[in-house]
Amino acid sequence: MKQVDLNVDVHHLTRVEGHGNIRVRVQAGKLRDARWDVVETPRFFEVMLRGKHYTSAGILTARICGICSIGHCLCSLRATEVAFGTVIPPAAEKLRLLAKHGETIQSHALHVFFLAAPDFLGVPSVIPLIEAAPDAVGVATRLKALGNRIAETVAGRSVHPVSLQVGGVAKMPSRKQLSGMRKGILAALPDLDAAVDLVATFDVPDFVRETEFVSLAGDGDYPWIGGDLLSTDGVRKPERDYLAMTNEVVVKGNTTKWCSLSRDTFAVGSLARFNNNFDGLHPAALEVAARLGLEPVCHNPFLNNVAQLVECFDVAHKSVALIDELLDAHSEDTMVAVQPRAGEGVGAVEVPRGILYHCYEYDDDGRVVAADCVIPTTQNNANIHEDLGPLVEQYKGEEGMTDEKLELLCSMLVRSYDPCISCSVH
Amino acid sequence: MKYLGIEPARPKVAVFDFTGCEGCELQLANKEETLLAFLGALEIVNFREVSSEARHDYDIALLDGCISRSDEVQRLRTIRKQAKVVVAMGSCACFGGVNAQKNTVDPEAANRIVYGNHFRESQPARPMSEWIDVDVEIPGCPISKEEMERIVRHLALGVSYRAPSYPVCWECKQRFNVCTFELGHLCLGPITRGGCAAPCPTGGLACWGCRGPVPECNFDSFLAMARDKGFPEAEIAERIGFYGGFEDRYEAG
Repeated sequence: MKQVDLNVDVHHLTRVEGHGNIRVRVQAGKLRDARWDVVETPRFFEVMLRGKHYTSAGILTARICGICSIGHCLCSLRATEVAFGTVIPPAAEKLRLLAKHGETIQSHALHVFFLAAPDFLGVPSVIPLIEAAPDAVGVATRLKALGNRIAETVAGRSVHPVSLQVGGVAKMPSRKQLSGMRKGILAALPDLDAAVDLVATFDVPDFVRETEFVSLAGDGDYPWIGGDLLSTDGVRKPERDYLAMTNEVVVKGNTTKWCSLSRDTFAVGSLARFNNNFDGLHPAALEVAARLGLEPVCHNPFLNNVAQLVECFDVAHKSVALIDELLDAHSEDTMVAVQPRAGEGVGAVEVPRGILYHCYEYDDDGRVVAADCVIPTTQNNANIHEDLGPLVEQYKGEEGMTDEKLELLCSMLVRSYDPCISCSVH
Repeated sequence: MKYLGIEPARPKVAVFDFTGCEGCELQLANKEETLLAFLGALEIVNFREVSSEARHDYDIALLDGCISRSDEVQRLRTIRKQAKVVVAMGSCACFGGVNAQKNTVDPEAANRIVYGNHFRESQPARPMSEWIDVDVEIPGCPISKEEMERIVRHLALGVSYRAPSYPVCWECKQRFNVCTFELGHLCLGPITRGGCAAPCPTGGLACWGCRGPVPECNFDSFLAMARDKGFPEAEIAERIGFYGGFEDRYEAG
């Protein structure tokens, strides 16, 4: 092996949401330092929640993240409803899941095509591809649009939803809207196939680090909202015990916290869900996973991109089934009356980047006494940091390795987690 | 493409983010049916969330988020020196946004709740205009892409943009919504600047005032009406203070 010196200093990594830095030092062939540091400005959402009326919590916490605002809102609503003992109507549950599926497609399409794909296609962004690869950009844009239209139709808006409220969903979309959505999804299936063709051409780094993966427990399903928590190392806990699943600590030089479970770090996200709940995927999604060579338990973080595409197939097909059920239940109530009461509630929701927890304590008037939010990227940050060292070890001695090539590899690793950094510092 | 003999410029645009959720930046990439035309009308030279290319020869800077740390002030001033036109996007950039809700809490107490004894620097969340001259403000949480497109059209043709001076109620009526007051909700539509096409009342939520006050808004009458209808003072205060746009106007009755 050659005795090389390599330096990577990325200040505010591009094509990710929020602000983080990468630093790598290799001296005379020896790895001296490999760091992932989050420097995002803190916003203190847990402080702002204190004293707020329960009707404000979901509207406020949606603003933790512009990309997964629907996920945050739904997690917040679940925490509040658990605290009050509110049971929402079945039609509202279906509408919420449909809105979530829309957000999942929107967010995954944004990440796979607009943020991650440029690395595999050797361009700095999607913008030069508008002329160079118009077909691929067309596929990407239409898939993102599909997700947004579903979210808008159900939630009133794709960024910062308005119809998702404590007690259910304010409005049932019209039959015409539901049928239109159904048609839109079926029309987009060829685009999903084209997306598989494109992703199949990606030269994904062959990097493996054994990792613990955490998600909701599927038990034969592929869940998104509520239920037990599960890790690939065999830990299983009820939703309310989320703190034992996350173990947040403050770390030096970071505004994010770090999390751990059975090992020093763990990972959440599409790959974690895939690894834990593979059995619950729609047959069309299983077929795509097989075609792209993705098998559980997969320990290559770069394949999170592929797992995201597999999930797009799963939620697209399941959205069609949900719409059919909603058309059958079109006259049913979507809201119940809400009776606040003192108590604590925990919500766990799988948002695009992994499992999200909100926990609220309420007083008798339905005002927040204390709040805690544990964000997917907060759970991933330590794992990203711990991946960097072994990645550099594996590639530093490669023939022709340069600072630039190593910087690209490290950046691609961080991007593969689809980090939502401002979310992680909320 | 010429229109009436005028050749629109293809302005060099940069997008920069400060403290916030980056939802307004995502809005720039939304409304996919016109996205490629939108991107084609601009020369995007710096947009960290979307591109690894970063040039500094931009004419227009689109900024989102509020200012809440000293390093952000430095970054903001550098941008102001370069940009001919600075556009503040979203309620955070225009008023501080929801972030400003922390301003009433002692920073040390806030730090203790979130970080324990490990203090993290944070200033009160303030709008861009507190630190630099801002040329165009687009309020909203998030911004409306339609309004952003209108503004880009004005910038490309070199025409100054005037935000709508009518309240949200105007557009809410055009969407045939039942007045949310009739449904028993406290709604800030009568005092909030329109231009958003009233998505919140249309989606079953009242207007929460994210676009701030409409010019010449009759705030005192609104407050009297809300109290007269029996909304609790705590609810009125919480709603009016939510996005920071009505700062200093509200006094407990």
